[in-house]
Amino acid sequence: MPVINMRVNGNPVTGEVEARTLLVQFLRDNLRLTGTHVGCDTSQCGACVVLMDGKSVKSCTMLAMMADDCDVTTIEGLANGSELHPMQQAFMDNHGLQCGFCTPGMIMSALDIVERNGNDLDEATIRMELTGNICRCTGYHNIVKAVKAGAKAMGD
Amino acid sequence: MAENGIGVSVPRKEDKRFLIGKGNYTDDINVVGQTYAIFVRSPHAHATINSIDTTDAEAATGVVAVFTGDDLAADGIAPLICGVTVTSDDGEPHRAPAHPALAQGKVNYVGDHVAIVIAETLAQAKDAAEKVEVDYGILPAVTDTASAADEGQQQIHEAAPNNICFNWPLGDKETVAAAFASAHKISKLDLVNNRMVTNPMEPRAALGEYNTGTEEITLHLTTQNPHLHRLVLSAFNQLAPEHKLRIVSPDVGGGFGAKIFIYAEELVVGWACRKVNRPVKWTSDRTEAFISDAHGRDHVATAEMALDENGKFLAMRVMTRANLGAYLSTFGTMVPSYLYAFLFAGQYTTPLIYSEVKAVFTNTAPVDASRGAGRPEATFLLERLVDVAAADMGLDPVEIRRRNFIPVDAFPYQTPVVQCYDSGDYNAALDKALALADYDGFSTRAEEAKSRGMLRGIGLSSYVEACGIAPSAAVGQLGAGVGLWESAQVRFNPTGNVQVFTGTHSHGQGHETTFAQLITELLGVPIENIEVIHGDTAKTQFGMGTYGSRSLAVGGVAIAKACEKLIAKGKKIAAHALEAAEGDIEFADGNFTIAGTDKAMNIAEVAFNAYVPHSYPEGLEPGFDENAFFDPLNFSFPAGTHVCEVEIDPETGVVEIIKYSAVDDFGKLINPMIVEGQVHGGIVHGVGQALLEGCRYDSEGQLITASFMDYAMPRADKVPSFDIDYAPTDPPDNPLGVKGCGEAGAIGAPPAVINAITNALGVKHIDMPATPENVWRAAQGAA
Repeated sequence: MPVINMRVNGNPVTGEVEARTLLVQFLRDNLRLTGTHVGCDTSQCGACVVLMDGKSVKSCTMLAMMADDCDVTTIEGLANGSELHPMQQAFMDNHGLQCGFCTPGMIMSALDIVERNGNDLDEATIRMELTGNICRCTGYHNIVKAVKAGAKAMGD
Repeated sequence: MAENGIGVSVPRKEDKRFLIGKGNYTDDINVVGQTYAIFVRSPHAHATINSIDTTDAEAATGVVAVFTGDDLAADGIAPLICGVTVTSDDGEPHRAPAHPALAQGKVNYVGDHVAIVIAETLAQAKDAAEKVEVDYGILPAVTDTASAADEGQQQIHEAAPNNICFNWPLGDKETVAAAFASAHKISKLDLVNNRMVTNPMEPRAALGEYNTGTEEITLHLTTQNPHLHRLVLSAFNQLAPEHKLRIVSPDVGGGFGAKIFIYAEELVVGWACRKVNRPVKWTSDRTEAFISDAHGRDHVATAEMALDENGKFLAMRVMTRANLGAYLSTFGTMVPSYLYAFLFAGQYTTPLIYSEVKAVFTNTAPVDASRGAGRPEATFLLERLVDVAAADMGLDPVEIRRRNFIPVDAFPYQTPVVQCYDSGDYNAALDKALALADYDGFSTRAEEAKSRGMLRGIGLSSYVEACGIAPSAAVGQLGAGVGLWESAQVRFNPTGNVQVFTGTHSHGQGHETTFAQLITELLGVPIENIEVIHGDTAKTQFGMGTYGSRSLAVGGVAIAKACEKLIAKGKKIAAHALEAAEGDIEFADGNFTIAGTDKAMNIAEVAFNAYVPHSYPEGLEPGFDENAFFDPLNFSFPAGTHVCEVEIDPETGVVEIIKYSAVDDFGKLINPMIVEGQVHGGIVHGVGQALLEGCRYDSEGQLITASFMDYAMPRADKVPSFDIDYAPTDPPDNPLGVKGCGEAGAIGAPPAVINAITNALGVKHIDMPATPENVWRAAQGAA
């Protein structure tokens, strides 16, 4: 079986995987980083979003081998010790999560949105950018508020 | 008011673990020696099983075992049950065909369970499942709700002639007919309540472990009601004695009803882990969820309203066909009956109501509760019919509602359809909602939109729902197999912190925060010293779970009652320690005080005394730990008015929601932030039904909307932000003065959205989902 190497949340990891192993399976099953979730099987829901070399990817839609030699950041890699990342804090402050299942993907997507669109985001931009992430609980209202507030806090 | 107590928008205590990726959902749990299960499912909607050959599958790499329905039956595992009896018009109970967890000679819908394949890895289980050879004898399928019971239709179950589960009449047919015969005007509407897939974001999962030493099965499940699962799996399915079965529902990623039910996979995994003496894990993928989760709604109905010359409602008559799917799910019979027709009075004084519900079997997935459960169907029907009646009478939709509202001084109000409403001020909610929506300014906005070639519409819905499910005596009389009280245990530890064990289950609702706020309010314990524990039958004494917006209205009261017991006991302990008479001790803000003095003892000190009872009241039990059960006297009746304003592009049929305003009466709010979040989510669920979501089977029974690519979930760009306010009343039957808020949005939104669209288009009706195609066609028809 192929051996892959990557840095996950700054830590070098290595693993032997079947060629068909998806990145999300490698993260969840091999590394036991279960914060990244699987909510569908058609790349639609975004619960599995992680950052690969700084860009958001749906980890259910790529092979683990495609991340060989890459930097992967998952939801577990954002907080600084007990201090939440500003985007995580914004989700808490704005009640941007209910059941929590879509939340890791939402936050990872939000970081990519800020990266590409800056810290001053309007509602229409946020809503358009979040179409790849489905939430059944919140009705998006508070997620939109959280992303806006989190983006601003990241610039402060 | 206590800091962080009732009425404060406290940030959620549960958030941190979800935000840092430390949530603990069923599929996140892995145990040593775990195997993986895949279910072999029927690819046909209706077929006999001539033979099943598992030889090749059993020989495949890594396979631990393959089991079929015969193996389950041989071990005495009983079929799945439906827990609520509805009496049909022939006086007999509803028809309940057997619902084996693994098929016995016949399959009745695409996704029906045929075999379970257990292997060392998931990939091996998937590969081996393809090697199970099933010889099917394909039969014609029945999928259409309206015609399922027609003459000459293919019969699905021998036990249900004409595919009818029940014909359930409610009310006096003759009296209602007489009222219609003498009415000034009769308004009539044919409508469909579109079938929905509930789709919580976390797919269902089960992880079973058997301990040969204790002979106990532990089942980790994605359930909203672990104790109910244990009770049914034990008492009815014969999985294991109740005391040898532990159900753990850890973090659950949304439920919305779909995770209430006792599913085949859960029973089979629980049984199989003992059979193979290895842990067995099954996790649904999304397509499996689409085909095998219980679906919601799916009604075809005709509704009529008889009116006098002033637009007063004289009588209402409703004929409904409700699709229950291929088998009865756990509460399938209850949804289109008691949770539906009992709400036909809505907010109005309609004195006479007659309803007939014909519930039918089809070759589709079982249909059961989905956020709102029956109440959205009733509200959509009624609030659409009221708008049609307004048009027929030449009245504004607001005016016809006002003329028929139950007046504020008429509560408690006995409706003609069983329910007795606790409290309400429907005009207050309507007034506030109209102000929030700037209803009076609509015509100006409509003119402006028209100048741009766009069509504006405004619609409202004034709903009432029955929540806080439910008084055990009432549901027992109706045919429920269980009581619907709730239980709680409030345990002080010797160091003064508190563990609260609740029989309700939080899968997004924020109980760990709301219930902690209750405790901090009632007992004065700082919120950081309170832990709310749920979701494990080995920890919580008992409970009926979370659905029907019942957790606070029933479970919260049980917590409050346990707190009352603690205060009563604490007074005895404090009186002894402070050398005062028990009657002189007052309790407030966490302190037991001798009335009129500053001599006091904090509740944490009292707890310590109770566990270290060196100097202690004679005869009093040590310990500071109380439990309580609460069985409500009545349902609670949240109500409100939602107003939706849309803009339609007549060239494309695209509907944009410009503004959505909701004013609800949920009684007292514990955490307004959480309540508002529940309202947002509920509204979007309802907007999804109104504009986007439609579950479709083709005539052969294939589900053609079996992924998020084919079934349109609401996404962030399809919905607006919301304007939310409240018009609370005080429900006399609820000791906490609360009503429940989890389903309101899903109930109020669909008619508000569709009423706005029909208003914009100037048409009588449009079926849901009002997709651009449907709207465009309606716009062409209207033009």
